[in-house]
Amino acid sequence: MGNPLAVIGRVFLSFLATVGRLSIFTGRSLSAVVTFPFYWRLCLQQMMTIGYYSLPVVGMTALFTGAVLALQIYLGSARFGAESAVPNIVVVGLTRELGPVLAGLMLGGRVGAAIAAELGTMKVTEQLDALITLQTNPFRYLVVPRLVAATITTPILVMIADIIGVMGGYLVGIHQLGFNSAVYLKNTFDFLEVTDVTSGLVKAAIFGFLIALMGCYHGFHSKGGAQGVGKATTDAVVSSLILILISNYLVTAAFFSQ
Amino acid sequence: MTETSQSVSQSVPQPEPRLELVDVRKAFGPKVVLDGLNLSVALGESVVIIGGSGTGKSVTLKCILGLLQPDSGQVRIDGEDTVGLRGAARERVLTKFGMLFQSAALFDSLSVWENVAFGLTEGAGMEREAARAIAIDKLAKVGLDEDIAMGDPSGLSGGMRKRVGLARAIATEPDIIFFDEPTTGLDPIMGDVINNLINECVQDLGATTLTITHDMSSARIIADRVAMLYGGKIIWAGGVDQIDDCDNAYVDQFIHGRETGPFALEVT
Repeated sequence: MGNPLAVIGRVFLSFLATVGRLSIFTGRSLSAVVTFPFYWRLCLQQMMTIGYYSLPVVGMTALFTGAVLALQIYLGSARFGAESAVPNIVVVGLTRELGPVLAGLMLGGRVGAAIAAELGTMKVTEQLDALITLQTNPFRYLVVPRLVAATITTPILVMIADIIGVMGGYLVGIHQLGFNSAVYLKNTFDFLEVTDVTSGLVKAAIFGFLIALMGCYHGFHSKGGAQGVGKATTDAVVSSLILILISNYLVTAAFFSQ
Repeated sequence: MTETSQSVSQSVPQPEPRLELVDVRKAFGPKVVLDGLNLSVALGESVVIIGGSGTGKSVTLKCILGLLQPDSGQVRIDGEDTVGLRGAARERVLTKFGMLFQSAALFDSLSVWENVAFGLTEGAGMEREAARAIAIDKLAKVGLDEDIAMGDPSGLSGGMRKRVGLARAIATEPDIIFFDEPTTGLDPIMGDVINNLINECVQDLGATTLTITHDMSSARIIADRVAMLYGGKIIWAGGVDQIDDCDNAYVDQFIHGRETGPFALEVT
């Protein structure tokens, strides 16, 4: 065992080094976004991979989250006779919080892991070096399409998730809790404000950016063989989920604090 | 070298080396890998660097390509010191290079012909159809037909992957080509096929080449000149025809693959 202060110092310095590397990586990625060439074809491919193919898992998550939310709110609000608030709370809860956060967490697992594993494998098999020797900037060719695609498609996915989630709550409300269909829908739309939706979509764009950034960063910095790629994948998922939860608080505070 | 020949070599101006490393040093933490490496490769020359595992052969290539930054020293390409070049300046220098990687480093997400044409389409901005025709021609040069060109790299054998990697390295007709362990992992017959293909392709292009390998039979076929890397320095360099008669104990042990000799083997 070494000196505890030395251990704390080493951990702190290691943390600062990671923050520095990540800052440089983010800066290089953002500067690559605004410089030519821009690989449109790769960007569209990534939109399909990140957005379209994530639709089933995000949709299923939203559907059952909306349904459970309706049930729980009904059971809770029945204690003080406020059952009619179910549609209002379901739509606000989904659009502001649960839609973007749950979609972000699902995408963090699905997309962040896939990006880190793909780029990590490219790193350890020298494909990133090969790209450079073929006069192609890996940031423009690999990072930018993933960052742009994730930042654009995550809000679209969240918008769809919001609609599916509200539908899940509606189905439970109508068929299980005895709500009138027209009243449920009227309460839903009357109560909903533009800020509820836009704040969720802004969060979604930030979450998408963070997921792709963490996947690319850990993939680019993977070392060794299969074990290194596995570690990069785990680190990408864990770090993107933590950053999603932290940024969710910060964006919520920025939007709704008085 | 005799006194007469020394005076002749001093009076005749020597052509500038195509590639020159001057006192290059590179360390990873406390581990010094390159410790004042000096090497020059003349126009059209084929130099093979030999040396044991972990002696810094791959690090040398990566320092030349800018994939690693040397701690000090110069890497001159056509007289220009390229250490520290970035962005467009680095990409301009890299247009002179082609490289066959040890694992071939083919892009799994692209077809075989797209791999070969990558430097043309993405690096040089050539139209896909024109690049595809060149890629198929280069693949034919290394003995691979159009059916393979349309396929996926994941279905190729080790020898075929090397050949695709070779076709990709020569597709842009570079001035300088690097071969990183071109025959490692191949059976002796396929190794010989790759060696001969390298010689044919290099002669066609008139390219300058630098190869790193453990495989002495490969070195004897490819090299004009052989350099031995040990302790971060070139400890011997000479013509391939001189290697069997050289009096360097390290070279002698290495080329004959003897367990006993001056190399300190770490086998514990």
